[in-house]
Amino acid sequence: MSKSIPLKFVVNGKPTQVSVPPMKRLLDVLREECRLTGTKEGCGEGECGACTVLLDGQSVNSCLVPAFQAEGRKLITVEGLAKGRRLTLLQQAFVEMGGAQCGICTPGILVSSFELLARSKGCVPSEDEVREALAGNLCRCTGYQKIVDSVRAAASAARRGAKSKAAPRAKAKVAKTARAKPRAAKRVRAKAPKKDAARPAKTARAKAPKTRTATGTKRRSSR
Amino acid sequence: MKTALSTLVVERPKHLDEALGILAASVVRERTIPIAGGTDLFVYLNAGTLRGTRYLDLGRLRELRGIEVTRAGVVIRALTTFYELRMHRDIRRRLPSLAIAASEVGALQIQHRATIAGNIANASPAGDSLPVLLAHDAVVAVRSVRGRRDIPFAQFHLGYRQLAIEPDELITEVMIPTPPSGAFAFFRKVGTRRAQSISKVVFCGLLAPHARGRDPHVRLAYGSVAPVPVRALHAEATLRGGRPSVALAAQARAALADDIAPIDDIRSNREYRLEVAGNVLDQFLRAADPRFSRR
Repeated sequence: MSKSIPLKFVVNGKPTQVSVPPMKRLLDVLREECRLTGTKEGCGEGECGACTVLLDGQSVNSCLVPAFQAEGRKLITVEGLAKGRRLTLLQQAFVEMGGAQCGICTPGILVSSFELLARSKGCVPSEDEVREALAGNLCRCTGYQKIVDSVRAAASAARRGAKSKAAPRAKAKVAKTARAKPRAAKRVRAKAPKKDAARPAKTARAKAPKTRTATGTKRRSSR
Repeated sequence: MKTALSTLVVERPKHLDEALGILAASVVRERTIPIAGGTDLFVYLNAGTLRGTRYLDLGRLRELRGIEVTRAGVVIRALTTFYELRMHRDIRRRLPSLAIAASEVGALQIQHRATIAGNIANASPAGDSLPVLLAHDAVVAVRSVRGRRDIPFAQFHLGYRQLAIEPDELITEVMIPTPPSGAFAFFRKVGTRRAQSISKVVFCGLLAPHARGRDPHVRLAYGSVAPVPVRALHAEATLRGGRPSVALAAQARAALADDIAPIDDIRSNREYRLEVAGNVLDQFLRAADPRFSRR
């Protein structure tokens, strides 16, 4: 009955075209078609926020969005936050301050926090503002305090950086901690897709070189 | 997702007339299900409990977007999201309880997608915005190929998840008259937590004092305490019949028992809901008029 339809949209700045059934969930399109597996499925009913992505700059639960509604729109997933291999201040703060623990909620929380910081335009949001912005993202590890602290620390660091260009020093400090917590670093930066990810897994695996993270920690690239 | 994707068909009209035509044509076979934000529909689809296979995307219908403010009131078109409502300057100023209700629907991720008409059409007795519409004497406009009908919101829900519209009709806008001047509006949602929870009791009250010998304007509307959102008519009559005082507040609270019929379910139980419904009424009255806390 229903056939796949061609859809065009922009993911993390990259124009993308896929052919999918129109009612396929945006979550599944991102994970299966675009191979962006940083976005997680938690509850599948819009409660937990693990699948949060930005649709034209607004956070949405990608498990509740039909693919066809993404047509012609701009998407940002957790993979789109870091520029290349360099973590953003937000991600660094999560690594340094224990904002990322088991990691399942982290991609959604980073995306919601990213939206909040974009909306705050250089101001440091209050604790209440952070809690409201993240109210749709459930976390069962941190008790939320470390997450709230991470978001506010990142906003403060960005503000300081913008003011005095003291950013490099802050970065060095975070990088040191990140080396001590290589797993946390991995959780905040979901893998960027391999160029040949769409090909059969065998080829991809054979071709993928060993990569290094921003912090210099060796990272397995075959997973 | 537990629903078989390959069986689902979506039609994506660009104009309202076209959409109404599709809807009308679908009625003889399998009714096409309109989809706006999808935040309720996709919960059912993900769980595999929605039987429908044909969907009508409303996303391209410009006619269904926007908020219009006039002296007489506010017209909110069907696709207006809760985020738009909570951020809209005139809504915040003229209909503060609607802005507050909108800011307590789910969380931002839901508010960015979920629409006012979707909340009405989903017809959950716990719909957050519904008591607000009821308390403000809202009117829902529906359209079909046969024309337009305006239905008072109070008559829109016939029974549990039953709508007073024909299968070929589509909600196009909600009209909310400007409340009487000096009216105090109040919204309270009681749930397990502030965000993301479905209410145990949800309430909207509107109270304007006596003016030029007229009775005071009183509206008490509840959700989650009956199969449909309900007005507490007995309690309203009690309040209209006396002078504001602690005693009158207590009488109104007692009258509530005839107005609401809460049940035990997964979210709460009858007894708790009755108690909380009374508490929020008290809270509303005391906030609206200090005389309700004077002996």
